[in-house]
Amino acid sequence: MSKNSKFVTTLMCIGFTFLYIPMVLLVIYSFNDSRFVTVWGGFSTKWYGELLNNQLVIDSAILSLQIAFVTACAAVVLGTMAGIALVRFGKFKGRTLFSGMISAPLVMPEVITGLSLLMLFIALENALGIPERGFWTITIAHITFSMAFVAVIIQARLAGMDESLEEAAMDLGGKPLRVLFDITLPLIAPGMISGWLLAFTMSLDDLVIASFTAGPGANTLPMYIFSKVKTGLRPDINALATLIILTVAIGVFIAGWLMLRQDKQRKVDEQMAAMETTKDEQAA
Amino acid sequence: MSDNAISNESSIQERSTLSWLDDKLQQSWKFLLLLIPYAWLLIFFLAPFILVLKVSMAEPAYARPPYTPLWEWAEDGYLTITLIFENFSYLWEDELYYETYLNSVVIAFNSTIMCLLIGYPIAYGIVRSSTSVRNILLLLIILPFWTSFLLRVYAWMGILGQGGELNDILIFLGILDEPHQFLYTQFAVYVGIVYSYLPFMILPLYASLEKLDMTLNEAAADLGAKPITTFLTVTLPLSIPGIVAGSMLVFIPATGEYVIPDLLGGGNVAMIGRQLFNEFGANKDWPVASAVAIALLILLVVPMMIYQHYQAKETEAA
Repeated sequence: MSKNSKFVTTLMCIGFTFLYIPMVLLVIYSFNDSRFVTVWGGFSTKWYGELLNNQLVIDSAILSLQIAFVTACAAVVLGTMAGIALVRFGKFKGRTLFSGMISAPLVMPEVITGLSLLMLFIALENALGIPERGFWTITIAHITFSMAFVAVIIQARLAGMDESLEEAAMDLGGKPLRVLFDITLPLIAPGMISGWLLAFTMSLDDLVIASFTAGPGANTLPMYIFSKVKTGLRPDINALATLIILTVAIGVFIAGWLMLRQDKQRKVDEQMAAMETTKDEQAA
Repeated sequence: MSDNAISNESSIQERSTLSWLDDKLQQSWKFLLLLIPYAWLLIFFLAPFILVLKVSMAEPAYARPPYTPLWEWAEDGYLTITLIFENFSYLWEDELYYETYLNSVVIAFNSTIMCLLIGYPIAYGIVRSSTSVRNILLLLIILPFWTSFLLRVYAWMGILGQGGELNDILIFLGILDEPHQFLYTQFAVYVGIVYSYLPFMILPLYASLEKLDMTLNEAAADLGAKPITTFLTVTLPLSIPGIVAGSMLVFIPATGEYVIPDLLGGGNVAMIGRQLFNEFGANKDWPVASAVAIALLILLVVPMMIYQHYQAKETEAA
């Protein structure tokens, strides 16, 4: 039951309005016929057409999606390894440094991460001739910060789970790697999925780190958007924003609905199991 | 017959190689599991900082890369190391940098307080809502996380501009007579930071308030405490971990923010992240850009350690 006073409810309404009004306005003005973003000139979808005919937008979007896909896959593997190590390995040499390197990227200002990675790539380029700046340097940079977010998600999920299942499997003679793949990984799979999605969206969204590490040739979608909006408002960018917001909203609500359904199913299963147990006990 | 024997033998051998590999893997998987992410972070997270430190002590040069090497082997075999602290004293003596640093910290600090004041009632309200409403509200807080940060900042360019909605409303209400330029001011930067970082404040607050045992509040009420007394003496002290975590998640990145001061502040609001980007991009002075980065890092080390401390405590508690 809700126990909120009118005061708290009012503050909440103001807060949510503040969070959502800008996005609502972005969407409304994407259907504006006028070239001036804040002057309403009638309903039109012409900016969407213009957007889809803009080869620069399409190219940079494809590049961004490719980078985000590779980033998400690699970040899930590395982040899951780091998360398991931090929760299940107890104390080991260099643990403080390791956990520091996992939590620092979460708050590190992007300009610092971007500049320092560029220095590394340039030093490597001078010494070894690789990597050429572009797709791979951006991807490596994105993997580095997003694996930290995945590790934190995995850590939270593993910490809330007791070790008895894994221990039981070991006692029954399961080899350590088999236990890892058959017991631990399925248990943290939901965390891995949300980690993958988070890494994907963070990579897709990043402007600053990509600007530092991209080099002259590569242009990601945020870099394209930034170069356009620096000089002012543009209705085709509103159309692009609407497409992104819609995709995300649909995705988040489907994910939320699936999780809710899974939760309910689990509760039903648990109740069934509890009933079976009582029946067994009565029979005995 | 003999062929069969040979193939049997070789398959046995193959199997034993496989099982040898398997044994090795079973023994060393823990080591590998730790080694791979550890090595990745050492190479791509720690080593770059050392390089930045190195470049910050070099001299700018017209070369590729545009700075002098720190060490050189002289002809007689002696290693000469040249460390230049000029870049740092340049930062120290130039009033512009000093003021920019100060301004960034003040803006980040004030924004953190504002996020806390706006975010606390929201987190509190969500925790006390019924379960079904709570899930929807939480989803609404998380949703902005997944949409483009850049585009949400861009949205404010329209609202705050001279023809924007804020002016429309204020003129409609009779507060303003003619349009006022809110965009490219300090006010716009504050709005942008508070708006963008608010979810980072609300989520840790929610997490710590959710764990709070509501029977404590009921006990306080039964013992005759007024709601405001209960809040100040029970709820607020117990939510301090959430307040600290949320504040650090806002303060640290906000201090080094680049996009918001650039798009909403124009050239009128000096912040260090923007300064660093320009020093690097427009001025091509890598040693000074590196020195700015190191100085910013030193400024943020203490808040980062506080954050790390609470983060570690949270994980242990869970």
